[in-house]
Amino acid sequence: MVTIAMTRPQVIDLLSTIPDPEIPVVNISEMGMLRDVIISEAGCEVILTPTYTGCPAMGQIEDDILTLLKREHIAPAKVTTVLDPAWTTDWMSDEAREKLRKYGIAPPVHSSCNHGCFTSNDIRCPHCNSIQTSMVSRFGSTACKSLYKCSSCLEPFEYFKCH
Amino acid sequence: MTEQQALYNYCIHLGDNALIQSYRLSEWCSNAPILEEDLALTNMALDMTGRAQLLLQYAGTLAGKGLTSDDLAYRRNEPEYRNDLITELPDADFAFAMVKQMFVSTFEYFLYSALKASTDSNIASIAAKSVKEAQYHMAHTTDWVVRLGDGTDESNRRAQEAVDALWPYTAELFETDDTEAMLTAKGIAAELPLIHTRWQNYITGTMLAARLELPANAYHHTGGRKGIHTEYLGHILTEMQYLQRAYPDATW
Repeated sequence: MVTIAMTRPQVIDLLSTIPDPEIPVVNISEMGMLRDVIISEAGCEVILTPTYTGCPAMGQIEDDILTLLKREHIAPAKVTTVLDPAWTTDWMSDEAREKLRKYGIAPPVHSSCNHGCFTSNDIRCPHCNSIQTSMVSRFGSTACKSLYKCSSCLEPFEYFKCH
Repeated sequence: MTEQQALYNYCIHLGDNALIQSYRLSEWCSNAPILEEDLALTNMALDMTGRAQLLLQYAGTLAGKGLTSDDLAYRRNEPEYRNDLITELPDADFAFAMVKQMFVSTFEYFLYSALKASTDSNIASIAAKSVKEAQYHMAHTTDWVVRLGDGTDESNRRAQEAVDALWPYTAELFETDDTEAMLTAKGIAAELPLIHTRWQNYITGTMLAARLELPANAYHHTGGRKGIHTEYLGHILTEMQYLQRAYPDATW
């Protein structure tokens, strides 16, 4: 039998300090990727879900979680990846959205990605808040973003696609 | 054939389709006509690598011999690959790549929409993730097919040539074999005739908007599901599997 010295909320708080490797301004909890922590006699199990199926950051995040738990002497620990329910930008907290905007990334505007998100004409520029923006490229530097430009302040910016 | 074997075959079929598409899309890296398309095509390739990994991983579990997704991707020869032939065709030009991807991504959008309701929970959860990505790929490539078809004489000519060349490979996507029939009866696989109708309607609408015409010929290629491929798959695997063949079990 194993006794873990921390409670579930404490472990969640601890893991919530891990940044998203690709957008370090938000953490994995705010992104909605950290789904749960299960403390049992078998040890500590962290439930994680990927944003996109090919998300290359998953390996890094798993390493970060295990390293952090080891440092806090939480053992045995393991990370389980689940796909169901499928990750959606709806799970992103308001706090995370605000952090993205301040970082220069326009947060997802639609409440759900299933309909109508391909003709997003209402993306606000994260720099000047103008609605006079247009899409430059549907795909961006990472799977979760597309490229926009603002015709008011003339700045290019990234938009976190609703998904 | 047991249900487990049928499910293994099904996952291999869908996984191989994703893997080979990913390979062809990756070839556009640094070769796309504009930088934005370089990003688009490689992002789509990444989505498909992710999907292939999930499906082949599940197939490996079903095979029950401790097989990993890497074993299945790197240690099978072309007669053991079950992808549809359309996915392995080399891209003659950008129009060819866009028309091909529009045909296949539209199919995958309707397929994975239906598979969200699969009675197999692993298939259903992979489908729920894949459908969002396939929808995005479908929208992107549809835009391009319309832009090219309804563009200049040159772009229209190339897009039409691509449609003519690719059309005889589309019917294979909707073929049903024993595996599929068994799984469809159990609600695990999707009803392909229904998906075919939806696909046909979408493609017809897109062709109209793109000022392109579907060829009337009835001949269709087949073989992928039986492991009988075009010569191109061997060349793909030669390159893709080189490292694991030359240095078995190499990791980094």
